[in-house]
Amino acid sequence: MEGLNSIGRRQFIRNTTLAAGGLIIPFKITPRNKTKAGAPELFFRPNAYLRVGSDDTVTIVLSHCEMGQGIWTSLSMLIAEELDADWKSVKAEHAPAAVEFYHTIYATQRTGGSTSLLSEFDRYRKAGATARQLLVQAAANRYKADVKNCRTENGQVIVGENRIRYGELVEEAMRLPVPGEVKLKEPADWKLIGKKVKRLDTPDKINGKAIFGIDVQFPGLLTAMVARAPIPGAKVKSYDASATKSVAGVRQVVQVPSGIAVLADDFWAAKKGRDKLKVEWVPGDGEKIDSDNLLAELKQRADKGGIVNNTSGDPDAALKRAAKIVEVEYYQPFLAHAPMEPVNCTVRLSKDKCEIWTGTQTQTDDQRAASEITGLPIENVFINTVFLGGSFGRRNITRSDFVREGVEVAKASGKLVKTVWTREDDIQGGMYRPAFLHRFKVGLDANGEPVAWKQVSVGQSVMTGGPFEKVAVINGVDMFSIEGMHNAPFVKGIKDQRIELNTPVWPVTVDNWRAVGLSHTIFAMESLTDELAHAAGKDPVEYRRMLYKQEPRLLNVLNIAAEKSGWGKQLPKGQGMGVTVFEAVQSYVALITELSVTKEKGVRVEKVTCAIDCGLPINPDGIVAQTEGSIAFGLSAALYSEITFKKGRVQQKNFYNYPMLRMNEMPDIEVHVVQSTEKPGGVGESSVGQIMSSLTNAIFAATGKRIRSLPVIHHSTSLI
Amino acid sequence: MIKLTVNGKSYELDLPSDMPVLWVIRDRLGLTGTKYGCGVAQCGACTVHMDGEAIRSCVTPVSRAAGKSIVTIEGLEPSLSKPLQEAWTEIDVPQCGYCQSGQIMAAAILIRDQPQPTDNDIDNAMAGNICRCCTYLRIRQAIHLASRLKSSNAMLSAI
Repeated sequence: MEGLNSIGRRQFIRNTTLAAGGLIIPFKITPRNKTKAGAPELFFRPNAYLRVGSDDTVTIVLSHCEMGQGIWTSLSMLIAEELDADWKSVKAEHAPAAVEFYHTIYATQRTGGSTSLLSEFDRYRKAGATARQLLVQAAANRYKADVKNCRTENGQVIVGENRIRYGELVEEAMRLPVPGEVKLKEPADWKLIGKKVKRLDTPDKINGKAIFGIDVQFPGLLTAMVARAPIPGAKVKSYDASATKSVAGVRQVVQVPSGIAVLADDFWAAKKGRDKLKVEWVPGDGEKIDSDNLLAELKQRADKGGIVNNTSGDPDAALKRAAKIVEVEYYQPFLAHAPMEPVNCTVRLSKDKCEIWTGTQTQTDDQRAASEITGLPIENVFINTVFLGGSFGRRNITRSDFVREGVEVAKASGKLVKTVWTREDDIQGGMYRPAFLHRFKVGLDANGEPVAWKQVSVGQSVMTGGPFEKVAVINGVDMFSIEGMHNAPFVKGIKDQRIELNTPVWPVTVDNWRAVGLSHTIFAMESLTDELAHAAGKDPVEYRRMLYKQEPRLLNVLNIAAEKSGWGKQLPKGQGMGVTVFEAVQSYVALITELSVTKEKGVRVEKVTCAIDCGLPINPDGIVAQTEGSIAFGLSAALYSEITFKKGRVQQKNFYNYPMLRMNEMPDIEVHVVQSTEKPGGVGESSVGQIMSSLTNAIFAATGKRIRSLPVIHHSTSLI
Repeated sequence: MIKLTVNGKSYELDLPSDMPVLWVIRDRLGLTGTKYGCGVAQCGACTVHMDGEAIRSCVTPVSRAAGKSIVTIEGLEPSLSKPLQEAWTEIDVPQCGYCQSGQIMAAAILIRDQPQPTDNDIDNAMAGNICRCCTYLRIRQAIHLASRLKSSNAMLSAI
């Protein structure tokens, strides 16, 4: 097949690695990586990723950030495994921003794309094995023994009758040269990897001690709140802060590129001050954005077509020959991330350094942004990563928006300041999952197999203008806009096909939202697959077995989910089951949703059965937790979420009109993790897209009504 | 000057009377375990106890707390915090963890008032607390476990 652009996330990862220019990340320590107060006097640090203290504590230094996905624990497990550490002595901390902590694929310090374990699987195990080898050598030297006669267990080296705690060996181990090559354990010898291990961050997250960005405090720290453009792209014409300055506790009002910042003693004074601020805005083009016209414009663009991503054969001729034709389109709206902790950024700026405290996924981008604003060299920008109160992509923004703004506020005011966003700022503040329309015309042969494929997708590009533009946007096609579509296993095999992408350039800022392209492409692809199955007169699971007969991992999860859910069982009227199976972030996920649709309760999702093959399961319970979470996260969006514009203004403000799934709506979720030995795939984003089509396919089974646009709540009256 | 008690400690503070209790405890007293999530009583992240009842501190002006006793996650009494924290740890509930203080403070009132809550009781008591990581299934399990731990702890201390 002639594919101009048939790259998927795997290829994206390869391209990204190449674009990084074969950068070698030094496996060493940075002098400025100081230990925290209260640390033991002596510690052994054979590389940047861990320290062993004379008090036996093993501190894992995490190059990735903890935002709920569990790397605090799973990355620590990798080092602890090879080190044979006593798990009870293991602690974790976020790394400073430094080159040693660059992502092994992205070549900047970054957490994203569900790649943390993939990025660190070798590096962190090697870090642990190096430390272990040195500790063994130190013990062997002490007892004049051969290292071959030493072994390790639970934080101790065992030499004959002697058991020496790692802490006792610190001083000697520090003096030994670090070996170049180390031997890693055989999987059969793993004691932690693959076992259910409790999260290391739980204790501090249930007693109020965990520090998130918004909790950062210093004597004299001011709180800033920024009045930002009410319409995308609007600019400040003038402002009047006289009423603001009369609010008790307000200290300063400054203009920054994103708007007008009010600095005050505390959140409440800053908010009251901002409420009283009078700003006149020049609206610009953003005023033309109106959700009433949005769908019509997307449709018009689909009529016109777009840049051809790939074409082969003669799809029009093949459609003429087809036994059946299915012509459908699917629409999905703009979405906000709404992490529980709205974004914030604390900045202390002095003549020679810029210190930042924030929950971020993009430390290197943030350093570069701060350096650009302050004129300081990048190495004088210090990022202190704290816990992220959720993110879902909001803290993986291609332009470091909230860090950039925090630094601008510190620069303009000359103050030590924490810039905070309210929930309204968060929901109205842009950085949305783009709205998308996917239009298909598919021809089936007599057996129901797709043999002709025409597709036009329309939606804004997430990657354009960001650090991955060069590798992700090829010949004008953002691969994330059609992620998982052009490279879907059965689509690749269709001889006659054409896939086009039309990319509008609108002032609405769009960015990474959990699962990125897959958050909308899976819904379209798997709703379509369901429609093809019905057109072919085949059972939806049977039909997918036919499509994926050459795809053992997809087939396996599909079969597990079908069996465990009791697919095919007789259900009362008004109840139905829907299936979806799809690869996402190098994991294979099948979901079967069982639900009821009644007059009293509307759509009630009763149960979701999931089978996931994410490669080698490092921490199985963590995988279950992430899968439960990402299913419910996707379900929340599919049922309720939509950001709309009226003359450029976002109409949603807070959880009362941008609702979230709550406890009483939570379905039962059963997760089956496949015991795989393949390379670790992603988990955090692996099921977000699948639930959306699994849900609407189940609604179709229950009611005979096909939902082709989200959210489902808009269709509630037409379903019963 | 407004007088109030937080976690058993008395304070006399010079504050605007409309300042929500949330910002008094976070920004003035430095107790950051209680979280801001929405500011409009929609998400429950700011849940604390006032004279023994769960309140949304983000919409409770400090004037209403005058002379009253506030308890935050940092000061929750051991007969409630112990079983809840044990259960939360056993089930490994938190993901990002940001909402969990509020979840635990809401759950504390539930297990205090209803020693053996049903799923339906849990839905009713907890539907006001949003978790964006959607740890709801584990919160539910942990509440069931905490109520069992609480009654066995109570039995033990009665012997």
